[in-house]
Amino acid sequence: MARFVLRRLIWLPVTLLIVTFLVYCAIRIGWDPLAAYMRSNPRASKAKQEQYIEANGLYPGFSGMLRGYREWLFAFVQGPGAWPRSLKGNSDVWGGTGGLRYSMMNTLRLAGIASVCGISLGIGLGVLASRRAGGYLDTAINSSAFFVGAVPPFVSGVVLQLVFAVSLGWLPPVGVYPPGHQGFDLLLMLKHLILPVFVVAIQTVAQYARYTRASVLDVASSDYLRTARAKGIPERQVLFKHSVRNALIPVATLIALDIGALFGGLIITENIFDYPGMGQYFLLAVGDGDVFKLLPFMVVVTLAVLIFNLLADVAYAYLDPRIRLD
Amino acid sequence: MIEQEELATAVAPADAAAPDRDAQEGIVHTKSPTRLAWGRYWRHKGAAVSTVVMMLLLFMVLATPLTARYGVNEQVLSIQDGPNQFLAPSSVAWFGTDDIGYDIYSRLLFGIRTSLFIGLASAILSVAIGTAVGAFAGLRGGRFDDLVMRVTDIFLAFPFLVTVIIVREFLGGLANVKYMGWTSTVIGEKTSIRFIIVLFGVFGWMIVARLVRGQVLSLKEREYIEAARAVGASNFRIVTSHLLPNAIGPITVALTLSVIGAIVGESTLSFFGLGPQPGSDSTSLGKLVELSSSGAKQGNWWLVVFPCGALVLLALCINFIGDGLRDAFDPKLDGGK
Repeated sequence: MARFVLRRLIWLPVTLLIVTFLVYCAIRIGWDPLAAYMRSNPRASKAKQEQYIEANGLYPGFSGMLRGYREWLFAFVQGPGAWPRSLKGNSDVWGGTGGLRYSMMNTLRLAGIASVCGISLGIGLGVLASRRAGGYLDTAINSSAFFVGAVPPFVSGVVLQLVFAVSLGWLPPVGVYPPGHQGFDLLLMLKHLILPVFVVAIQTVAQYARYTRASVLDVASSDYLRTARAKGIPERQVLFKHSVRNALIPVATLIALDIGALFGGLIITENIFDYPGMGQYFLLAVGDGDVFKLLPFMVVVTLAVLIFNLLADVAYAYLDPRIRLD
Repeated sequence: MIEQEELATAVAPADAAAPDRDAQEGIVHTKSPTRLAWGRYWRHKGAAVSTVVMMLLLFMVLATPLTARYGVNEQVLSIQDGPNQFLAPSSVAWFGTDDIGYDIYSRLLFGIRTSLFIGLASAILSVAIGTAVGAFAGLRGGRFDDLVMRVTDIFLAFPFLVTVIIVREFLGGLANVKYMGWTSTVIGEKTSIRFIIVLFGVFGWMIVARLVRGQVLSLKEREYIEAARAVGASNFRIVTSHLLPNAIGPITVALTLSVIGAIVGESTLSFFGLGPQPGSDSTSLGKLVELSSSGAKQGNWWLVVFPCGALVLLALCINFIGDGLRDAFDPKLDGGK
């Protein structure tokens, strides 16, 4: 296992380099920052253009892209203080309001609460549904999970916003704090979090309820359960020690993968509720075609995805001794 | 006589409902696998209801000259007769009107037509590419297999929207690169419908390829493949006449799910203003869903309820149909009958 982890860890920086380089090229080709600069400054002199190219590493051609990427990389590895400032607005990429750190904290707060609530509730409902497959409770849970699964997240977000924020006025419609608010206020913040958390959580609940149910039913016919029952172990103990514990192994890997994907932000939910997280950071950076804002974002997302993928594999092997990694 | 009866029941025990007369005359009712699958499909209540709803919807959408009350870009009443923007649902406009005074009901019909086309076209594209790549990777194995699966794994591990948006911009800007100008004639402008179909095809094939590869990997060890190989069938023949027909079930289910995946994807991109612009004489579900974002904040509930409701209805129906197809293609779920 140690060798497996080591090999994957060696591959990690390589993948990181490939992904960031590909994204760098994609952005240079897709947005063409120089053309964008010329559009906003149509009368820029030749010298001004040269200066802009020089300052941001926007050299032409494929070799120019390689050179620009190398320059960014050398600045990047020196830490957040040395990172190139954003193309648009020349702002700090890492710190400050709207920076990467600020957005990450916001997303992790929202996603953390939603995931903890959603996953635990989902697993609970899934186990409950699997107790009597085909029964009323099972049918109710399964069909509502099926229904929720068919509702795209932006639909539930917009509908909840319309009902609870706009029509009833019980909850604030957007943001982290009301406009103009200064300082920290836990209660006010939580009040703003309710709707976005709910939107994310219902999706999670539905997904995990279905997955857990299927997983519990999958182990239900296994020999060790029959053996456990034959030995006269109380049903309660069979359920929690033999059935659910084994059924949760695939669920655990799913959790790891989901957490990894969360770092990319809850783009849709954050957009609907104007919540300044990673998703909004990404959309803003993409809208401006801002290479220097996007690349650190991609580094964070790639790192999270790869590390949690690795964790999922390790967790699987650790929890299920039948699985061997090599 | 008695012997015959016993024989009939022994041969076709599933045919319990067959009239006694047939049994007496010694007629044995057999059911082909297709008919059994058909039966399993219609026994799935959700799928049966969804099929009927989809048929109705398809009729409404295709017969727009009859079913739509106004044209795509027709205001419900001319501005001299009174304000026509943001009208709540009434007899003039059943589902209300939007910011320009267009009828939401009629536009929904036109929009669903465009979106269904987008969904079907990109699903067919992604299933075609995915099946070819997956079958090749599964059968051949080795380097190609490793590479394809590694790339798909990384691609699919990333948050979907992040990759879609970046790839969208990349494909859109590709035409500006030297020697790559031809791409814009193939895949169209960034805001065209053709572009969105290609974009979802680029993503969809990976999921299908992974699925088909898995199927091929498990099927290629079967005896009948070995037999085909033994009599000298070529790889191409083995794939097209032995492997794929046996994997048709999961592929069809994947096709249905990619249809709704592309429709929801188009709406999601439109929600961020990144969707296709279907031109002045048509609209799409995404364009209508786009209205719901501002509609919710202004409290115009009909701009939220009807487009989103239509999308959820489509998603539910297609998911149910996919579910029914899965049951139909899987004889193991037949309860041993």
